Amino acid sequence: MTAVAVNNLSKVYATKKETIDAVQHVSFDVARGELFGIIGPDGAGKTSLFRMLTTLLLPDGGSATVDGSDIVKDYEAIRQKVGYMPGRFSLYQDLTVEENLNFFATIFNTTVGANYDIIKDIYVQIEPFKKRRAGKLSGGMKQKLALSCALIHRPVVLFLDEPTTGVDAVSRKEFWEMLKRLKQQGITILVSTPYMDEAALCDRVALMQKGKILSAGTPASIINAFNNTILAVKSEKMFQLLRDLKAWQGTEDSYSFGEYHHAVMKKEFSEEQLQNYLVEKGHPDVEIKPTQPNIEDCFMQLMQS
Amino acid sequence: MKQFISFVKKEFLHILRDTKTLLILLGMPIALIMIFGFALTTEVKNSKFAVLDFSKDAATEEIINELNASRYFDLVAALHTYQDIEAIFHKGKAKMIIVFPPSFKSDLQHFNTAPVQIIADASDPNVATTLTGYATTIIMDYQKRVTHDRKLPHTINTQVRMLYNPQMKGTYSFVPGVISMILMLVCTMMTAITVVREKETGTMEVLLVSPVQPIKVILAKAVPYLLISIVNIISILLLSVFVLDVPIRGSLILLLSESILFTITCLSFGLLISTLTDSQQMAMFISLTGLFLPTLMLSGFLFPIENMPMVLQVVSNIVPARWYYQIVRAVMIKGLPLITVWKETFILTGMTVFLLMASLKNFKTRLA
Repeated sequence: MTAVAVNNLSKVYATKKETIDAVQHVSFDVARGELFGIIGPDGAGKTSLFRMLTTLLLPDGGSATVDGSDIVKDYEAIRQKVGYMPGRFSLYQDLTVEENLNFFATIFNTTVGANYDIIKDIYVQIEPFKKRRAGKLSGGMKQKLALSCALIHRPVVLFLDEPTTGVDAVSRKEFWEMLKRLKQQGITILVSTPYMDEAALCDRVALMQKGKILSAGTPASIINAFNNTILAVKSEKMFQLLRDLKAWQGTEDSYSFGEYHHAVMKKEFSEEQLQNYLVEKGHPDVEIKPTQPNIEDCFMQLMQS
Repeated sequence: MKQFISFVKKEFLHILRDTKTLLILLGMPIALIMIFGFALTTEVKNSKFAVLDFSKDAATEEIINELNASRYFDLVAALHTYQDIEAIFHKGKAKMIIVFPPSFKSDLQHFNTAPVQIIADASDPNVATTLTGYATTIIMDYQKRVTHDRKLPHTINTQVRMLYNPQMKGTYSFVPGVISMILMLVCTMMTAITVVREKETGTMEVLLVSPVQPIKVILAKAVPYLLISIVNIISILLLSVFVLDVPIRGSLILLLSESILFTITCLSFGLLISTLTDSQQMAMFISLTGLFLPTLMLSGFLFPIENMPMVLQVVSNIVPARWYYQIVRAVMIKGLPLITVWKETFILTGMTVFLLMASLKNFKTRLA
């Protein structure tokens, strides 16, 4: 049973000067109880996609259903049963933690007590600060409060738009652990993120770029589809090295990746040929090692094609 | 209903936690009433005047004393020559000078006529006109007393009675004006801003993705400002009656109900603005230029509508404050019953219904 079915969905923003195709013919399905990630850089169309699915924007083409309800026709039904956490912190800064939570419980016709079990894990972490105004919370705590508020009515599908953007590494890790626990409670979660490393934490992901979905599937299947060799290359002169790598006929693509450069090799070229080429180019100390492709490598390759 | 109460509670928390704004909202009417009541008055009181008396007899003395005794004039100097007139005006020590010719009293008694010259500093024409008017009236009063037993041939006596405001107090027209101004500011601007703020901070996005009906969001925003406005109306009325001596001649209940009606008109206006704009600045700008200025200029509070060019007179019809101002003047100052202001009341009600419908229709259930 699909929780979210997206079929050929499009969104166009027309201004006087230009038209922007924010989302172009996007299709994917999210199964019930799945943790589905939309991965893509800023401006990929993630927020537009989420706003259409949460009935905040009307699509300009295609259709989609959330828990069986059409996003245009049955928008009122969808608003009863989804939870939505926008990218920007969108709670009342001048209300306390407790007041925010109670308010959102009431507008969803429920009480904090009735659904406390679902938010308990998250809420206990911010409960010591329940008398504090939301605006005075730290970034990580704001996220937890926003998540609690989005969950308080026990939504069937939870939409999280870039929940970890601007959150420190520890809080990010914690946040993903919370999502895993929520998944165990049977909530379908759609999460968008610009961080490639978070893709591995999702059941399935869709890689999105310039309004289009480049590839979708489990993180492993996306990585398996990558069938070139990737070599991590390092030398004294990193800047020169990248230029030499890009200039060489044997690489399909090369880009910097942490302290190494990644060289995506064409099939007919070997590691040895690369080594010889680089030494010739004046990198006597060059270090080359094979490496496993990850989502970011896949993304870079998909963007090329 | 529980949702609605929770919404209203939230709105109250927003207002109560923003103490500075709350103080301004509640303090502004008091400040405005005080400013308009005491400082910005068009009445002329204790104006300095001087005399150049070449006659110095019992009649001139009596006239001068009467001028000096009235609350409009204070005698500052007795001049001796015509040159002194120019000099005292230059120094700005007097606004008006009364000149009596020699043998004023005997001329009056023997020839039945005697001239008095009034010289006024007309660099401020309104003050000059008012002062010469007052002075003429006082001198005429004197003349009537002198001649009162004698039958003059062919005299027409104009008898003027200033009904409802015999002392011609400016506060009588300021109080209704200030009430409409305050209500415009508190209700229209603040309501518009508070709804738009939810759009700006993104909370509207979360509210939209919830089962709450738009009408609840909108009405809940209006409730606290309605209450603040009622407090303001009461404080203005109390100040008017006990500090400015402006009477409430008509029914207090009627006055309050009409004020609440106008409050709701203003609230609806604010809500309409909030549905049309996306930023607080824009909401403020529209409230100020689109509403506050017309209220000030076209309601008849500062400038009489009858004196305006035809176009502006027509435009003034769509300014709600114009009708409210007329109602308050009629009920408060003249003491008239509802039956005499039914037309104004009806127009205000119509405007309110129209504005409310428009804002509800305009309220977007989506972001764009």
